[in-house]
Amino acid sequence: MTTLKAPADTVTKAAHAPAGERTSGGLGAAARDRLQQLLAFAGLIVIVAFFSLASGDFFTYGNITNVLFSTVVIGLLSVGTTFVIITGGIDLSIGTGMALCAVMSGAFIVRMGLPLPVGVLGAILFGGLIGLVNGLNVALLRIPPFIATLAMMLVAQGLALVISHSAPIYFTNAPGYTRISTGNLIPGADFPNAVVILVVVAVIAGVVLNKTTLGRYTYAIGSNEEATALSGIDVRKWKIVVYTLAGLFIGLAGVMISARLGSAQPATGMGYELQAIAAVVIGGTSLTGGKGSLVGTVIGALIISVLNNGLQIMSIPQEWQDVILGCVILVAVYADMMRKRAA
Amino acid sequence: MNSRRAGAVLVAAAMPLALTACNSSDGADGGKPRIAIVSKGFQQQFWQSVKKGAEQEAAKEGATITFVGPPTEADVEQQTNMLSNALAKSPDAIGFAALDSKASAPLLEQAKSQHIPVVAFDSGVESDIPVTTAATDNKAAAAEAAKHMAQLLGGKGKVAMVVHDQTSRSGIDRRDGFMEWMKKNAPGIKLLHPQYGGGDQIKSADITKSIITSNPDIDGIYGSNEGSAIGVINGVKESRRKGIRIVGFDSGQAQIDAISSGLEAGAVTQNPMGIGREVVRAAMEAIDGKSVPKSIDTGFYWYDKSSMNDRKIQAALYK
Repeated sequence: MTTLKAPADTVTKAAHAPAGERTSGGLGAAARDRLQQLLAFAGLIVIVAFFSLASGDFFTYGNITNVLFSTVVIGLLSVGTTFVIITGGIDLSIGTGMALCAVMSGAFIVRMGLPLPVGVLGAILFGGLIGLVNGLNVALLRIPPFIATLAMMLVAQGLALVISHSAPIYFTNAPGYTRISTGNLIPGADFPNAVVILVVVAVIAGVVLNKTTLGRYTYAIGSNEEATALSGIDVRKWKIVVYTLAGLFIGLAGVMISARLGSAQPATGMGYELQAIAAVVIGGTSLTGGKGSLVGTVIGALIISVLNNGLQIMSIPQEWQDVILGCVILVAVYADMMRKRAA
Repeated sequence: MNSRRAGAVLVAAAMPLALTACNSSDGADGGKPRIAIVSKGFQQQFWQSVKKGAEQEAAKEGATITFVGPPTEADVEQQTNMLSNALAKSPDAIGFAALDSKASAPLLEQAKSQHIPVVAFDSGVESDIPVTTAATDNKAAAAEAAKHMAQLLGGKGKVAMVVHDQTSRSGIDRRDGFMEWMKKNAPGIKLLHPQYGGGDQIKSADITKSIITSNPDIDGIYGSNEGSAIGVINGVKESRRKGIRIVGFDSGQAQIDAISSGLEAGAVTQNPMGIGREVVRAAMEAIDGKSVPKSIDTGFYWYDKSSMNDRKIQAALYK
């Protein structure tokens, strides 16, 4: 019984501790958490500085905008999936789920002729529905998250092809649609809306994770699920909420990718889940749950797109680009392990 | 302690970048024209052959090239990122094979405003910005397949077609090219209505078997791309009918094996290395301000058991 009691204490403490201090281990834990974020941030700065020195084409307004723009889709997916990963779960359905939501957006707006805001909202809510089903499978049927979301990955891929008749849906008749992504909300600046949307949404998600009951329980479930349940929290309900929330991000990512391309591409999406998970891991969120931050995730997503952009600008052969990205992930995870060993 | 670890991690993080730096010194251009090629794929054998052709031509003409492509032909967003990254380094010319011609339209405009000439390849884009399009003349290639089919059958018989699709440009051209040649030049050959298998091997095999069942007197079957042709081969094999002449398209190990064993009479192959060469050649001409024809035919070859080991054909085949 004593073994159970200790983590239960931790959970209660975690559930009421202020942001950034929710890992167990007492003194210095918060500092170590910050260090991981700092490391990711320092890594980003080092990489940006390196590319800026290596190529005059890198650090220009146009190219930095370019990098931010290309971060949007992976950024949205990784922000949503950070919640799931902090609970100790995983979501493999985010990539193809995104493609399905893009297709649904096309079905609502192009095929059914619904007004733009209604169609966009419908697509985002459809993402929530995908997440809800994932949550029910994981929390109520107790299917391991890896399997439940793997199945959903296939279901979403198939449904995207079925609903679109295996052909892209073009938003030619809805000219306002692409402006959601490529328009300039900030007057006078050549700065795509998609980036503004990512920033706003990431800030909101950060507030939810750090300041709300949902956020506290997200960490608690990942730290020790059994103890959380024993302390009277309805773990199943909160898990469903977390997966549904991640689903809304899938929906939003679906809208943003199709708005950027001016078309819903039904066969796309496979592989995006792994890139999003990589961003989360680089950002210092632990795959074993209980630890992590959204600031880290956003930095992780930026590191991936800066590397992709910078390596291409430096004309590094594509084979090597993947090798380097892989090395960065290893280094990030190793840093995370060192931190834990120190704790 | 913590700061020392942090230092170690940063050094480790810098290592791949240092590696990068070493690597990039090979690519130092020293005033050579730089051509950035964004393809439809990268690791597939067909695209690797295009890359090889482009590299050979670049070495000959004294240009430096980069060649990138998304993991699959469904990854339109990733290709868009690659194209905008390519534009960011302000190359002297761009080679581009669009996965979705509409998605790339704003970036092509950007290339135009940066005065970077664009050479389209493999398939055109719905835009007049590219200075030229280097691609296979699929209609002529399909006509070549029809000609060989007619010769194999001595100018008379019943022929079926298994086509990959009825919506893509290559599907339409490889169907119509075959049908038009037959109509014009081989009145003794009766063509059945084309069937569509989506380029899927299993689906194309099922279609082939049902064609054979409903037309026991069938003499020849044409498959319009690699998946269709392999499907036809397997369909004929599974139905255990002897004496059906098969004519295919593209290559791939299964087709190469079927041609060596005599099950398939031969196939038409595109010339991926030729596509790569033409992209670089056209880009160099555009950089030098020369006029380039609006479209470049990158050629094709007919190959069969006897010609399969020719060096020229070997270079065009992939496994």
